[in-house]
Amino acid sequence: MKRFLLLALLLVSPLLAAQDLFMVRSQLPFPEAMSVLQQSIGESGFHISRVQRVDIGLTKSGYKTDKYRIVFFGDLDELHAVSDRHPDLIPSLPLKIAIFAENGETLLLASSFKHLRPFYTSPDLLQKFDQWESAIREILERVRVAE
Amino acid sequence: MVFTLLPLSAVAVAGPGEGAMLYRQNCAVCHGVDGDGGVGIPLNLPDFLAVASDDYLRNTLRDGRPGRVMPAFANLSDAEVEAIIGYIRSWSGQDAPVYHDRSLHGDAQRGRRLYEKNCTACHGDRGQGGTGTGVTFSRPREAPVMAPALDNPGFQDSVSDAMLKATLLRGRKGTPMPSIAALGLQEKDADDLVAYLRTLKMESISADSKPLEPVILYESEYDLEQTLENLKQAVVGRNFRVIREQYLDQGLAAEGKEDKHRIILYFCNFAFLNDALAIDPRVGLFLPCRITLIETDHGVQVMSINPKNLSRLFNNSELDRYCEQMHDLYAEIMEDATL
Ligand code: HEC
Ligand code: HEC
Repeated sequence: MKRFLLLALLLVSPLLAAQDLFMVRSQLPFPEAMSVLQQSIGESGFHISRVQRVDIGLTKSGYKTDKYRIVFFGDLDELHAVSDRHPDLIPSLPLKIAIFAENGETLLLASSFKHLRPFYTSPDLLQKFDQWESAIREILERVRVAE
Repeated sequence: MVFTLLPLSAVAVAGPGEGAMLYRQNCAVCHGVDGDGGVGIPLNLPDFLAVASDDYLRNTLRDGRPGRVMPAFANLSDAEVEAIIGYIRSWSGQDAPVYHDRSLHGDAQRGRRLYEKNCTACHGDRGQGGTGTGVTFSRPREAPVMAPALDNPGFQDSVSDAMLKATLLRGRKGTPMPSIAALGLQEKDADDLVAYLRTLKMESISADSKPLEPVILYESEYDLEQTLENLKQAVVGRNFRVIREQYLDQGLAAEGKEDKHRIILYFCNFAFLNDALAIDPRVGLFLPCRITLIETDHGVQVMSINPKNLSRLFNNSELDRYCEQMHDLYAEIMEDATL
């Protein structure tokens, strides 16, 4: 049922086709949003390979947040298969989502594959890009609506 | 498959909740759930809603602000756009102002002098707008709201002369934007300023939209170990700190079973991070800086994403310029390490 609701949300969502970046706001504070994100990544069948901090020293420099992380995730077999066939995609792998605090809320974003598509013709790979994009939208949408 | 279903859904059920839902999905990420601003500027200020016509909102949504982060929402149906506008209106509960679309005939020369004296500090000498984004994170704390670009075609094509004038007469309480009166100017000065604002033309942003190569790639003359060593030296030599070195599949493969021929080197430094975040809080997608080493039967390759290619997704011309420097930095480091 939950799945169905989510799918319905995605269908109504105009965030389709030519979206460049996938961005959502969660009204949850950072730690809660982060844990929903990690769970959501798992629900889409991926594993988290690493959570990287990129915020050291930020509040000292006058920014209003010191919570900025990059969450890397993927699937081992898929990572090997894609990187063997398309080594030039390696710099873009594993997949990632950036997550950072804005006041009491949290923003999350990931890039689409729009900037890579023009360089590839393999139907398998283009389909993989489609799959990744819809998985990422699904992951983010679950975080957006979580309460 | 998903795409063909879309037109049926949203339009048919444009009830009152529809606008709120569409706003949350498309706008809240930057403008805040209640319109307080964030990566975007505020949309809920009484002084803004009192002067912004529905035409202005409609055109702004459709055209976006090229090169200034605000995306163009071409995919929304007309009914969806109206639902979003209705929702934004509900914050003030006031009717939308309606303007005539006649041009005002002020003195642009005089307007220019008034602009240079009163507006340049915030909106820039060419009306290019303030740097950074919106109200939080990428703003230094002492500058609460970024001044929008006045030379932007997305703005110029959306706003009428009469709305421009109304904006100047009123100012925007809750932001640094002063009213004409607060600047000691008269109503007639507003006409001259409007005439001048109409002459502003944005310097063309990366007009050529040909996609840029997605990777920067160098073949190394050394073996994997030596190339990695060279890379680290090159990184440190440019005042960056190596923050991590790992296998590509580390964290996914069982420990000890990783593919040792694909190595990622992550690096960063404070100044770089600060500069990048001051331009756009979304730059996390470029961070930390990363170069990947790949050992094949034919030798060792060193590669990175091309930041100029990724930057195209952000609709931020300042970021595009920054990414040109980032591209050169990557290329220099890789060249040093491989030759
Ligand atoms: C990726 C971030 C982002 C998203 C998403 C976004 N905006 Fe914006 N918006 C901005 C920024 C940044 C500006 C200021 C542009 C400038 O500096 O010229 C802006 C400006 C505006 C303005 C002009 C405000 C004024 O004071 O004149 C309106 C209206 C607006 N946005 C409405 C919307 C609506 C409605 C949506 C959703 C359909 C939306 N925006 C989605 C970032 C965003
Ligand atoms: C102290 C800084 C400051 C000064 C001085 C200033 N502005 Fe602004 N201006 C702003 C800010 C900030 C905004 C955005 C307000 C908001 O969030 O709605 C703004 C908004 C505007 C807008 C609406 C733009 C839009 O996209 O909605 C116009 C037009 C404008 N200013 C023109 C002028 C002119 C002309 C002058 C000189 C007479 C001037 N401003 C002086 C900071 C300033």
